[in-house]
Amino acid sequence: MNPTIILINLFAIGCLIFAFTKDRAKTKQSVEVAVKSFFRILPPVLIIIILIGLLLGFVPPSEISKVIGEQSGFSGVLLIALLGSILHIQAFISFPLAASILESGASISAVAAFITTLTMVGTATLPLEMRELGKKIALLRNGISFVIAIVIALIMGVIL
Amino acid sequence: MKTEEREREKQTNKAMIRDYLLLGVTLTFAATVLLIFPDRLDIVTTTSWDYFLEMMMILPAVMVVMGLFAVWVSKETIVKYLGESSGIKGIFLAILVGALPTGPLYVAFPMASSLLKKGARISNIVIFLSAWACIKLPQELVELQFLGLKFMLSRLVLTILFVTLMGVSIEWMIKWSDKKTSNSTGGENGAGI
Repeated sequence: MNPTIILINLFAIGCLIFAFTKDRAKTKQSVEVAVKSFFRILPPVLIIIILIGLLLGFVPPSEISKVIGEQSGFSGVLLIALLGSILHIQAFISFPLAASILESGASISAVAAFITTLTMVGTATLPLEMRELGKKIALLRNGISFVIAIVIALIMGVIL
Repeated sequence: MKTEEREREKQTNKAMIRDYLLLGVTLTFAATVLLIFPDRLDIVTTTSWDYFLEMMMILPAVMVVMGLFAVWVSKETIVKYLGESSGIKGIFLAILVGALPTGPLYVAFPMASSLLKKGARISNIVIFLSAWACIKLPQELVELQFLGLKFMLSRLVLTILFVTLMGVSIEWMIKWSDKKTSNSTGGENGAGI
């Protein structure tokens, strides 16, 4: 048990108690939604956890750090930013994955680039975005997001 | 509206069955690989178990927070607040409202589109969408757990900063290009929406 785990759970319990004093029916409905979403997100979470185990068990850290570690420099960041733009993984499960590659030799910049492009650039949702908001806004938003994700990643590499 | 909801329910059920099948495939794959390389069994299971424990200790709480917001903050509330505000207050609200844990990105697109049609500022909509995509409260909680306070905070601050800059510059670019096309086509409305 680390402090973060306690903090997150206290926060949730606090919100729950506050909600309960406001409206019981709505709180009950919220918990139902929570249980449903938990079981919906469980399989991808378990899949990624198994893959992390295999990754750390079979791929030596030296290999990971060669491709996306400190010595890979800008090309490593670019590579993983592209990967993050194409992949369509929920943010929730990207964090344990990110932590595992960080643990095994990836650079801070690479990890930050991965998470940021993963959430901000959506190649899979781009067609929908273009239909709803027009080509111009959608393409500009995704294109600029890709660039700023790399800028954010590089800044984080410097300050952390 | 009812049938639309039922249709969505059906689709999420289908996706869930697919996900559980995929989990079965992954488990079988892992078991096979570990049978071939039994010397790796120990490190693989310990690593996975550690991550599993960590996840299980925060995931229920994160889901409760999401569930509460999903029920309490309706789409109508979000549209109402975003449509009315502008300036610094508008930017602030766009980030705040986008960061509330209220569902996947594809839910936000139609909202953004209707807000644009109602005359909301492009900058606020772009900021709202980007905040929705990457500054979600439950995501920040999971990031805090796995990557630590320093990592989470610095990425959050940088993201807010750059997303705001991006929103403002996209609005500027779209206005500029619309003006150009409407000048060259003789005042015809050339909005790209």
